[in-house]
Amino acid sequence: MVDYSKEFEAIAKAYEASGGNPNDLFDKKTASLVVSHHKILFQNSIPGVNISGEEIENGVKAKIVVKPGTMVKYPVHLCFGVIPAEGVQKIVSEFDIGEGAKVNFIAHCSFPNAIKLRHIMDSKIRVGRNAEMNYAETHYHGKDGGIEVLPVTKAIVEEGGKLRSEFKLIKGAVGKLDLDYEGTLEKNAVCEFDTKVYGKGDDRVLVKESLFLNGENSRGLAKSRIVATDRCVSEVIGEAVGNAPNARGHVDCVEIIKGKEARVSAVPKLLVVDDRAKLTHEAAIGSVDKKQVETLMARGLDEDEAVDVVVKGMLR
Amino acid sequence: MLNLTNIELTINCKKILHDLNLEVRKGEIHSILGANGTGKSTLSSVIMGLNGYQVKGGQILLDGEDITNLPIHERAKRGITLGWQEPARFEGLTVGEYLRISNKFSRDGFLSPRECLLKVGLAPELYIGRAVDGTLSGGERKRIELASVLAMKPKLAILDEPDSGIDSLSIDHIVDVIKTFSRTGSAVLLITHHEEVAAIADRASSLCDGTVVKTGEPVAVAKFFRNHCEECPHVNKPAEEVIHNG
Ligand SMILES: Nc1ncnc2c1ncn2[C@@H]1O[C@H](COP(=O)(O)OP(=O)(O)OP(=O)(O)O)[C@@H](O)[C@H]1O
Ligand SMILES: [Mg+2]
Repeated sequence: MVDYSKEFEAIAKAYEASGGNPNDLFDKKTASLVVSHHKILFQNSIPGVNISGEEIENGVKAKIVVKPGTMVKYPVHLCFGVIPAEGVQKIVSEFDIGEGAKVNFIAHCSFPNAIKLRHIMDSKIRVGRNAEMNYAETHYHGKDGGIEVLPVTKAIVEEGGKLRSEFKLIKGAVGKLDLDYEGTLEKNAVCEFDTKVYGKGDDRVLVKESLFLNGENSRGLAKSRIVATDRCVSEVIGEAVGNAPNARGHVDCVEIIKGKEARVSAVPKLLVVDDRAKLTHEAAIGSVDKKQVETLMARGLDEDEAVDVVVKGMLR
Repeated sequence: MLNLTNIELTINCKKILHDLNLEVRKGEIHSILGANGTGKSTLSSVIMGLNGYQVKGGQILLDGEDITNLPIHERAKRGITLGWQEPARFEGLTVGEYLRISNKFSRDGFLSPRECLLKVGLAPELYIGRAVDGTLSGGERKRIELASVLAMKPKLAILDEPDSGIDSLSIDHIVDVIKTFSRTGSAVLLITHHEEVAAIADRASSLCDGTVVKTGEPVAVAKFFRNHCEECPHVNKPAEEVIHNG
């Protein structure tokens, strides 16, 4: 049975604040892992999905194995929270998705009281041949912004495999974010990174998404949507390397700046090694699109409301 | 209801509209005819009050109120709205949400997003949850624009080529929608290149080189437009007419 300790309650509350349903976390039908600071509060494996967590210094090490051919019906729930205002949380994780398996992950990271906190995510992902993994991570931070978030992912997508990974940090203060996602694609593999961040106050946002298109016919997308207000400074590096015939990579970055003191920059890095690969990039950085805003104003919204609608849609 | 007098507009020292006078009466369909580049879309932008289209001279009155210097949303709240010739695309905003936004300031009554879509000939179940983004075809986006103007139940709907990009089988549908506007008390300023669509108007105006050259009964104006433009030696090239004292 579930341990309804104070800590658990706090985590469940934080989980709810970040958009999750706490009941899902402890449903025996779903595979899950719930971590509070350095402690594993709960973990559940189901047939075909094995989750094994281990407490380490300053954090938790977890291995998530999906057996070949498993179609995982319900999303696997991961919850990482820290209730105290200070400290370090290090999550070292390994995802191993067996050949032909299909699985969705919903991850929530909640730090409602952070004042001086470091959250380090070190993930290795292997998506096996013809397997499919969708991973959606949502962050919920408090208002203080005294948090440093360092998500690092190194993914290998094997022949015919698909990986879609979304990172969303739009509630609360970002603090300092230094995201570094890297995907290596084999033949016919697909990999998409999608990062959405709303920066306010003195937030610092650094996003790096890299795609190594090593396999013939591989497809990669490095997408990012950043809004920077107040004095927020944001930089996006979208990188794609075309190493194989008919590989296609696309870097798609939109950064919206609101206010005079925010700064945004975008750096696309495209390298074609095989002359049959094709890489493209598009970046739109600056204020909100005038026509979008005017369209909504012509329906009666004032300028701030219109900008809000545009921004919310983009970060969805 | 809407009166434009002696409108002057320059963009980057170029005179785009000049000595423009136009009246749109309550509940009428008023079509605008004019060759490419004569200033039809510019005129819509001026009436809507878009940024960069603030007039240099002249006055815009809505029911006697001077709205010449009002911002876009204030004009919208007074009942003016615009269906763009090339409507904007929005990431993450669904058709349903877009239509509900338009509905918020609807002048009277409520037309659900469903009803609006049905009226423009789009199956609600297929469109309501889709994003108003680049995945919609040009014609689909145009119809959704018309639906969103409909949702506002405006006093004045400015429709900038609502029929362009619409397949020929569906033009009748669009014409019906335009007629609905006037039946329910909305005036329509209808910009179109199709004479058969322009013919549904109560009155029409012909625009040439940034000014209204004739207003009257639609058939007569269409004839004037055709003949005048055939015989007129004027070549419409505002891009070269740079006015140095701007
Ligand atoms: N922002 C601008 N800067 C410079 N020239 C402009 C600008 N906006 C419009 N123009 C010019 O003003 C003229 C009128 O343009 P407008 O778009 O109003 O034409 P239109 O009558 O709607 O044409 P069409 O039938 O092709 O839609 C054109 O010559 C156009 O090039
Ligand atoms: Mg036009």
